[in-house]
Amino acid sequence: MTAHHPSLAAAPERRFRINVWDFLVFALVIGALALVAFGGRQTVQPLDTVTRAPLSLDPVNLPNYALRTTLRMLAAMGLSLLFTFVYGAAAAKSRRGEMILIPLLDVLQSVPILGFLSFTVTGFMSLFPGNVLGVELAAIFVIFTSQAWNMAFSFYYSLKTVPKDLKDASDSLRLGAWWRFWILEAPYAAPGLIWNAMMSMSGAWFFVVASEAISVGRTTIALPGVGSYVQLAIDHGDMKAVGWAVLTMLIVILIYDQLLFRPLVAWSEKFRVDMSAVSQGPPPQSWFLDFIQRAQLAKRVWTPVGRVVHRLQRIRFAEFRMPPAVADVWASRKADYALASVMGLLALYAAFKVVAYVGTGVGWGELPRVVGLTGLTLIRVIVLLVVASLIWVPIGVWVGLRPKLAEVVQPLTQFAAAFPSNLLFPVFVLAIVATHANADIWLSPLMILGAQWYILFNVIAGASSFPADMREATASLGIKGWPWWRKVMLPAIFPSYVTGALTASGGAWNAAIVAEVASWRDTRLEAHGIGAYIADATAKGDFPRITLGVAVMALFVVLLNRYFWRPVFAYGSRKLGLA
Amino acid sequence: MTDTALKLRPQVAPEPRTGQPLLEIRNLRQVYKKGAGLGDLVVLDGVDLTLRPGEIVGLLGRSGSGKSSLLRIIAGLNRPAGGEVIWRGKPLDGPTEGIAMVFQSFALFPWLTVLENVEIGLEALGVGPEERRRRALQGIDLIGLDGFESAYPKELSGGMRQRVGFARALVLAPELLLLDEPFSALDVLTAETLRTDLVELWQEKRLPISSMLLVTHSIEESVLMCDRVVIFASNPGRIAAEIKIDLAHPRSRHDEAFNRIVDQIYGLMTNPANLAKPAAGASAQPEQSKPGMSLVLSNVATTDLAGLMETLTGEPFSGRADLPELGDYLNMEVDELFPIVETLQLFRFAEVAHGDIRLTDAGRRFVDSDVDQRKRIFRDHLLQYVPIAALIRRVLDERPAHRAPYRRFSEELEDFMSEAFAEETLDAVINWGRYAELFAYDEDTQGFSLENPT
Repeated sequence: MTAHHPSLAAAPERRFRINVWDFLVFALVIGALALVAFGGRQTVQPLDTVTRAPLSLDPVNLPNYALRTTLRMLAAMGLSLLFTFVYGAAAAKSRRGEMILIPLLDVLQSVPILGFLSFTVTGFMSLFPGNVLGVELAAIFVIFTSQAWNMAFSFYYSLKTVPKDLKDASDSLRLGAWWRFWILEAPYAAPGLIWNAMMSMSGAWFFVVASEAISVGRTTIALPGVGSYVQLAIDHGDMKAVGWAVLTMLIVILIYDQLLFRPLVAWSEKFRVDMSAVSQGPPPQSWFLDFIQRAQLAKRVWTPVGRVVHRLQRIRFAEFRMPPAVADVWASRKADYALASVMGLLALYAAFKVVAYVGTGVGWGELPRVVGLTGLTLIRVIVLLVVASLIWVPIGVWVGLRPKLAEVVQPLTQFAAAFPSNLLFPVFVLAIVATHANADIWLSPLMILGAQWYILFNVIAGASSFPADMREATASLGIKGWPWWRKVMLPAIFPSYVTGALTASGGAWNAAIVAEVASWRDTRLEAHGIGAYIADATAKGDFPRITLGVAVMALFVVLLNRYFWRPVFAYGSRKLGLA
Repeated sequence: MTDTALKLRPQVAPEPRTGQPLLEIRNLRQVYKKGAGLGDLVVLDGVDLTLRPGEIVGLLGRSGSGKSSLLRIIAGLNRPAGGEVIWRGKPLDGPTEGIAMVFQSFALFPWLTVLENVEIGLEALGVGPEERRRRALQGIDLIGLDGFESAYPKELSGGMRQRVGFARALVLAPELLLLDEPFSALDVLTAETLRTDLVELWQEKRLPISSMLLVTHSIEESVLMCDRVVIFASNPGRIAAEIKIDLAHPRSRHDEAFNRIVDQIYGLMTNPANLAKPAAGASAQPEQSKPGMSLVLSNVATTDLAGLMETLTGEPFSGRADLPELGDYLNMEVDELFPIVETLQLFRFAEVAHGDIRLTDAGRRFVDSDVDQRKRIFRDHLLQYVPIAALIRRVLDERPAHRAPYRRFSEELEDFMSEAFAEETLDAVINWGRYAELFAYDEDTQGFSLENPT
């Protein structure tokens, strides 16, 4: 199984051109961020007293901290699911919804998650002044933003690809919209959504750790959790405590994987539409799922709950039908134009506000410097991707062609991808400090530390699905060495590789904000790049600069996706897809 | 099949008076919009059809003749662009009680068991749990699925899956059962068994339905099952002929009367007047001076053309064959066989009259030739009888660089036909042109040229 990239899979139908819509949507997103910062700014200052929770480096506290971190993850997952159902369904079922929501999702996906941490922290804190709840919500929101977009895309994509005959059957049986959602659409989307939720959750550990300990201006926040524990350990220069945190995290991820996602993935197999019983590899198994399904107690607990859920799914809603006259107006071209005009004006207003806001605090003279810094980070991302690919593609192919080995290695890479690499940053920083190495160069690998596994993971998946008969054919033709790579293997794994590389690229951009600046006790290392720029501005509470930095970075990512990844992906799936 | 006494029909639905039509269709028209600036594609035009209680009616036609579109309109899944559909005296408005459908692809919910799949329609009707279970089990029993109630569809064979599809529709006790090529996704033996079972149940009046409407592209299937066969012509889809079949059940393929009817239908379907493919969707445009550019081509593989000609030359046909016999011999349905036959006709490699096909001299010469000669003959005929191929070659010859983009020709074709037809037509020409080495086509650059890779 490969990591899905539903936003890419949906891409070939769309054009690669940037159109007016994209600009408007972009303006809307950045405008909304600036608005939050603007509103929240005044209320930030008097809060230092509440947010500096007393943390202790005693490892005894770690289980408690780990629990807090995990609960945040769960809360965010719940929110993401809710968002996914509403947003994905709205985008898939309404033509107009699709027109606005999908480009919006596209841009949201490209905004650096940790970049707007500072906005959301101030925003939520102003919602709950003087209360730690605001900060908790801000942390949860960060996790939410790291999961929700991808999940919503997956759900939207599933809804758009529900087999037509099943849709027809539902209509013919007159199930109605609500029933159809629960009988057909939700089950159909379940395997993709659960798989995506699992992958998103892996990525989210990184952000939860980063969001627990953050300083915005004079406000320093440390929520009890593994992330803030590590931050404290860094401040104190306590390597042993870092070790404990790493161990705790490993255990937490293992438990999460075994007790939540493995069972879910194994269970969701039954919703696969592919009627042919033959699929690649054995179906996913989960000892925990088997255990629950056999246990009497679990059944007793579940049955009443299941009954209530079933009732809810079978509520009868009167079919809503617009009067024909209203429906005609609603569906007309003119209504399209009206809606577009309203959205356009709103976006223009937002763009105007952003420009004015940034103008007051920074001055547009800084723009070239910011673009230059983003360019530097771009170069880092590219170089790192190339290096990581050179290392992991051969290894991934080697592993993928050995099914027994792949079966062992595949879960390990997934595990490695889930592990929040920022917990390991201190080790690198210590080494750089000790050897007086160049921070501009040697801080860079941190960006790809967690993201590289996606490349390995997908290459293994690609190589292991290489058909046996084609392997035999290449062997019998005696294709070896470089021609074997160039003509056979690289094209075969290309689509999977692109998926992995894109995920890795996204991860690296996001990690830049925490990887380009690192500290160990009193030593502070800084590389030149947009990540460091945003991190600095965040530390100073300089919102106009954060807005500018985030906007430029998001723009780079959007352009990169449109002009590089999507065409490459489309090429790969059109020309080189084996399926 | 077990001897279930059939009491599936709910008391509320009274037996409609005989003679009173169940369904009346008047002057039905269906179009698909092609997008801004382009004309619409007419899939159905001026269709009139009346369905009475107690009959099985077959809709027979090639793919693209609109017969499935018609069925979907009757099922309430699509709205017609014009005309009337009167169901039991009232205009039809969306899926309605009393009409149920069986799908070609079965359309079962994979995550529901057989029983749940069968029950779901009753549940949507608001039938209580006990009544629901009773009726579902009865339906499962009737269609020969007992013992499989708790199985999931993916555990079943294709034939059993389609039985679930039948059970799901039958438990609703619909007055009209719509069948959308229900046997075409099954292998020959399974299809035959299921067909026989269905006809038997119908004959014994054990099905809780009043009428059936069967869409099919198999001539024999329609003659085996139907009381009346309505033959569709393509572009735009319209009714070309109607045949009543009075044979007694069970019908046999070896019966002489049976074969006469099959022959008659083959004849009707190969009749040039019915088969003519005028420019689809371009009916509004005046006939242009360039002859033949409006010809819609089917992308038939050159190996199929050669294969059919070789079969015709060999025993037992010796150059001439009865089309039904040929279809039987090759185990091909009309849908597969006719495009090949038509293409041979177009190339003047064969002639068709009254349901018979005969190789021409050119066809015989082609069969007797070696690979290079075959290509040469094919090339000559392609240039002579397929105007678009000739045009491509002429344009390439005239241009100094001997290159032309795909769009140059697709746009020209789109003046005469829909986008989809233009694409298929060009695909066919590219395919034939490559075989004939008339020109080269590069998929990456979407360009025609005269270069051949050396």
